[in-house]
Amino acid sequence: MAIPGQKQLTHMEEFMEGIWKQNPVFVMVLGMCPVLAVSVSAVNALSMGVATTFVLVCSTLLVSLIRKVVPKEVRIATYIVIIATFVTIVDYLIQAISLKLYDALGAFIQLIVVNCIILGRAEAHASKNPPLRTVVNAMGMGLGFTIGLFALGSVREILGAGKLFGVSLFGPDFQPWVVMVLPPGGFFVLGTWLLLFNWLKQRKPAAAQPVEAHVHG
Amino acid sequence: MGDISVGQIFLAAVLSNNFVLAMFLGLCPFLGVSGQLKTAAPMGAATTFVMLVASLCAYGLNWLVVHFDLEFLRLISYIVVIASAVQLVEMVLKKYSPALFRALGIYLPLITTNCAVLGVALFQTAREYSFAQSITFAAGAGAGFTLALVLMAGLRERLHLSKVPNVVQGTALSLMLAGMLSLAFMGFAGLGAGE
Repeated sequence: MAIPGQKQLTHMEEFMEGIWKQNPVFVMVLGMCPVLAVSVSAVNALSMGVATTFVLVCSTLLVSLIRKVVPKEVRIATYIVIIATFVTIVDYLIQAISLKLYDALGAFIQLIVVNCIILGRAEAHASKNPPLRTVVNAMGMGLGFTIGLFALGSVREILGAGKLFGVSLFGPDFQPWVVMVLPPGGFFVLGTWLLLFNWLKQRKPAAAQPVEAHVHG
Repeated sequence: MGDISVGQIFLAAVLSNNFVLAMFLGLCPFLGVSGQLKTAAPMGAATTFVMLVASLCAYGLNWLVVHFDLEFLRLISYIVVIASAVQLVEMVLKKYSPALFRALGIYLPLITTNCAVLGVALFQTAREYSFAQSITFAAGAGAGFTLALVLMAGLRERLHLSKVPNVVQGTALSLMLAGMLSLAFMGFAGLGAGE
């Protein structure tokens, strides 16, 4: 953010924000509904991530471009209409590209509209920053979201179906852990991921510093 | 889907297809406002009210967009109506119960981005529910949301008094709890109307 006196982030740092420091799934825990609902397989998770990234980048770009024109009182309503427009585009796009994927993701494509990450980014970042910076930040956030989705989707597919991207991993003798692809599995896997991050954070407070320095460099 | 009785729809929305625990809708307020019973129940009630309004409006709007062949405007019109309904609830609460208004804080305007509300509108459209079915569905979804929120708040109030290892504190623990609740709700599978 361009607050006077505070050091401006470089574009690279801005990009890494979403992937590491403020990862929407693991750090901010935002937009959990699609994360848990569509992460039953790696393919679904990746496509959802890409769709969300598209909407995120396009709508934050537009919000950033018109940020000086929109009156403060109606800004949220404006943002929502902008986001809804792009979601409609994505909805029709996916329907045209793959009907199978469209059926698998179901209402969750249209529900991208209410994904807190997008409105959150529009309000917290795009409304205060120039277009280039916003797009870079949105891409980082989108990628971070996709990584989070993939981390969840792949674990659930491996444990729940013994497959990854539809390819069988353990041969015919594998007894799938079905609960993992059912709703409770989503909660458990995400909970375990968060637990893992908590544990790493507490265990190596000193070691966390060099990792971040490395990422930002 | 004209043949499903309203009772079945209600049961399914409350229990077997609970919006929060089986369909993953409305998780943000579920994790955010479920700290105390005192705020969980009113939050559920406010959300239920918005759901009913949204469902009513969505039914009318859907007829309009189909009638004028403007289906691509459906999503946009739904979200605008929901945003207005939330604004209405906010104004009423601010006037009549400022204390509650403050307690709900940021989560009240966020009902707009509660996917459960938009979910109600979208699902009733996708399943081509009739008017009575739509309203029942919205009421059931609201009741289910409130039930999940209150159960979770009760559990978390208990947890305040117990010793929890540092590493699982916060969201990780809430998610584990939600997973167990969800597992319990799977016992209702088959009750009411399915997908």
